[in-house]
Amino acid sequence: MTDVIHKFTRTVPTWRPRVAPVSLPDASPEQLDALQVTPSNTKVSDYVLVLAHDPETLKVRSPLFNAIMYDAGGMSRAEREVGAIAASVVNRCIYCAAVHANRHAQLAKDTAVTDAIFATGTSAALGARDRAIFEYALALSKCPSEAGPTHIADLRAAGLDDAEILDLTLSSALFGWANRLMHVLGDPIRNEVSA
Amino acid sequence: MTNAPDLWAGTAVKAAGITEATATGQAVLSRANIFAMTQDAEDAVLRPADPGAWPHGMRAALACRIACLNDAQVLADHYGAMMGTEHSALANPLDTGADDDLAPLLAFMDKVAARPRDITADDISGLLAAGVSDADIVRLTELNAFLGYQIRLVAGLTLLSEASA
Repeated sequence: MTDVIHKFTRTVPTWRPRVAPVSLPDASPEQLDALQVTPSNTKVSDYVLVLAHDPETLKVRSPLFNAIMYDAGGMSRAEREVGAIAASVVNRCIYCAAVHANRHAQLAKDTAVTDAIFATGTSAALGARDRAIFEYALALSKCPSEAGPTHIADLRAAGLDDAEILDLTLSSALFGWANRLMHVLGDPIRNEVSA
Repeated sequence: MTNAPDLWAGTAVKAAGITEATATGQAVLSRANIFAMTQDAEDAVLRPADPGAWPHGMRAALACRIACLNDAQVLADHYGAMMGTEHSALANPLDTGADDDLAPLLAFMDKVAARPRDITADDISGLLAAGVSDADIVRLTELNAFLGYQIRLVAGLTLLSEASA
């Protein structure tokens, strides 16, 4: 198992399932229906095929995920990604951290924030607003949650309104869910290098 | 937007004590679609039409257990009220499941809930070796993972609401 990645990276790894994915030719009508609502329906990933073992949950989870991360208004998409990254750091989900650090860097057109997070982890030196966002999302992601009134006060002092704090709560909580699927049901591995 | 009466009766909103005529309530109202889907997700993991090896009462007991591990008392009460008696022992985090041959399952659920970063491939291969099917492992993990979301959503909403009071 030497190919499993243990260090945070913005290079998105391959995800290798630890349980057998649903075989598409053998999928039930309900599984096929649930698979259609995933973001990419041209090529179904092993991850989504694993989740298709529970089609009732997959069917509601995909649109919920998209609404929390991408719906208009409220907190910026890049800052929602910081919530996702913080949860992934606490839960050490290398795969989720890579996907969402990569997306943050694209949205923010800057790698400084994710460089700092990956270099120094939970003590990353960030600007005041990103720092308040990151600290709250880290604390909320612990078990039990360590988020407290001072985190909310810090977010408000950094200029976030209630709609933004709600969106941040949703995105970091959502990765309490996503990390527990991705990190539990599979391994992040190095992409195979062609000979 | 007064045509969403179910919004205020949803588990997360109710557990955090959010009402419409508050700043937090207005923020929640602006994301009514997300809260409706959150409730649909609870139905899917707690009360699925196809529960596999995990009946609804057992799922509620496991949800109560996970809420307890997170000090989420209101949610623990919510799930405790729907678990019935057959599986209620599992709701106590001190119960190891040794009496019911459920020790590997409960150890897995506790670890996913409280220390997901420590999960390794061995945890999954152990469940497979104990005879749990691929599909039933995914069902258990989805239940646990959904609670990881709902518990934190309620914790954050409660803090936000209290900070506005």
